[in-house]
Amino acid sequence: MTATATTTPARLEASDLTLGYTDTAVVHDLDLQVPHGRISVIVGANACGKSTLLRGLARLLRPRSGSVLLDGEAIHRLPTKQVARTLGLLPQNPVAPEGVTVADLVARGRHPHHGPFARWTNADDEAVAEALTLTDTLGLADRVVDELSGGQRQRVWIAMALAQGTDLLLLDEPTTYLDVAHQVEMLDLLAELNARRGTTIVMVLHDLNLSARYADHLVALHTGRIVAEGTPREVVTEEVVRTVFGLDNRVIDDPVSHTPLVVPVGRHRPGRAEPSGPSSPSSPTELSSHSSHSSHSSRETR
Amino acid sequence: MTVTLDRPVTAEPPTPDALGVVRRARRAPLRHHRRLVAGLVVVLVGAFAARVLLGDFTVTIPDFVRILGGEQIPGATYIVMESKLPRAVLAVLVGLAFGVGGAIFQTTLRNPLASPDIIGVSLGASAAAVSGIALAGWTGWSVSAAAILGALGVALAVRAVAGDHGGFRLVLAGIGLAAAMQSVIQYVFTRVDEWDVQLVLRWLTGSVNGVAWPAIGLLALALAVLLPATAWAARSLRATELGDDTAAGLGVGRARTDLLMLLGVLLVAVGVAAAGPVAFVAFLSGPIARALNHGRTTLPAAGLVGAVIVLAGDYAGAYAFADLNLPVGVVTGAFGAPFLLWLLARGPLTGQRGRRAA
Repeated sequence: MTATATTTPARLEASDLTLGYTDTAVVHDLDLQVPHGRISVIVGANACGKSTLLRGLARLLRPRSGSVLLDGEAIHRLPTKQVARTLGLLPQNPVAPEGVTVADLVARGRHPHHGPFARWTNADDEAVAEALTLTDTLGLADRVVDELSGGQRQRVWIAMALAQGTDLLLLDEPTTYLDVAHQVEMLDLLAELNARRGTTIVMVLHDLNLSARYADHLVALHTGRIVAEGTPREVVTEEVVRTVFGLDNRVIDDPVSHTPLVVPVGRHRPGRAEPSGPSSPSSPTELSSHSSHSSHSSRETR
Repeated sequence: MTVTLDRPVTAEPPTPDALGVVRRARRAPLRHHRRLVAGLVVVLVGAFAARVLLGDFTVTIPDFVRILGGEQIPGATYIVMESKLPRAVLAVLVGLAFGVGGAIFQTTLRNPLASPDIIGVSLGASAAAVSGIALAGWTGWSVSAAAILGALGVALAVRAVAGDHGGFRLVLAGIGLAAAMQSVIQYVFTRVDEWDVQLVLRWLTGSVNGVAWPAIGLLALALAVLLPATAWAARSLRATELGDDTAAGLGVGRARTDLLMLLGVLLVAVGVAAAGPVAFVAFLSGPIARALNHGRTTLPAAGLVGAVIVLAGDYAGAYAFADLNLPVGVVTGAFGAPFLLWLLARGPLTGQRGRRAA
């Protein structure tokens, strides 16, 4: 498994994909190859279609045209239970049934591996134990999910997706509702999972800087189309951020991970530390003029 | 530039200790559930015996065995074989059907108010059945078929009106249709020549009184098919309970959920065809069984609770008031209404209870 990523064909891809709800198309003629064994992150403004794209990739939405291919076959024509043995999904708002314990919830991730009359086996217990160990939730096994903290609960849901034992894992905003410490903890967990199991991860994230830090492959979406795609350094530039979010910004070097770090420029309170400096509210044009080199220059000047 | 994928792919096997923790944690709820079901079976047997043997005409156990063996004991044989036993057997069967059917609705729609007796499915079955009986003179299979069509019709109509919303919209649509079905039943009674209060009460609130053995046999036959089918289909409920998207991710599509709902509709319909829409049994059984099971969903316990409720309700209706023989639906309705109020006072009912806290 140490072959270069480029030689391994994408197992999940979208081809000329158009997705939408009743009247309106949300994602238009989109082509995407999910790099195998990597972490891909889809970013974009609110309502840009990133969740819709993820739902489409997870076969929750039927394409209006084009297709989603899993191992070369149209995902909507494959038996859904067969897909569930290869591709797992953690939606944005999973529902924990009342009174259900952590072990019971995680055990439900084994559902796709059971035939019409199959019974629970030792291998199922092993998969659940491994998922709980990886997510550090073994100590919570007999607790009721409702009673856990937000961070614990989210780890338990990831454990359920892990117990499913899929090579691909799709997550829709797995860090929503978590504070910054728990966000980092959650993303570290997913990065470890990717490193230890080689699981291909595709997720939608809100936070651009965390996305740049954790993604191998970043996909920037704007009004249902891909604006930029590639490594975080290729994608997170001042122009792309301005196009995608409509936000004036500067991109500097993240002192911790040396990935791009977006610093927003708002209309108020710029440069409070140097009140007489050039960065007055009237100078956004000046900022944009040298934006193309700023990510490099800022690194060199450090 | 491409980076080589030099991440080691390791999946160390879980320690035996971790396996033990998982097994214990996973089995504890199952053990509790087994004990609960066993306990409910004992209660049900006790209630059944009380219903058959006690009351204003007491039968001893040896006599009861002899009667079952075919012996003619003056007075006793007639009362047991034509009144007490059929009522008790029908109560158990109807209770099972409504308990399981109601719990399927409440769990699948994630809303305790979305039970078939509140959203008009039971009354739809009743309206169709009583129309068949009173206006067309149907009996037996055709009444059941009419009830099934009526229940299905209301269920589909509610779903069409509510769309994908579920929650309050579905409940409101259902309450509206329930009222409409009730007026259909009342209209039918204005069209029949002879008024029979017991008959009116049966089709409006439900009764296990005066049902002949063939109708009971028909219900038993239907349940012998529907309950095992439900047990098989309900395995997908473990995924469905986690929300539509998670269930789809686990490979449980809408078709599985629809199949389970269809079985729920059929269970309610065949129950109504035999005993009328016994008020609130479907609504009460699921939440009571759930409360006994630490809040967790359980269809078997819901069925048993339903059976106990109908038996006890029928017993109370028959003997609680000296010279008044109330149909079971009047009793269960009287207990169901306060329970509904308690459920409303207790908290939100939109089925969002298990949602992640913001």
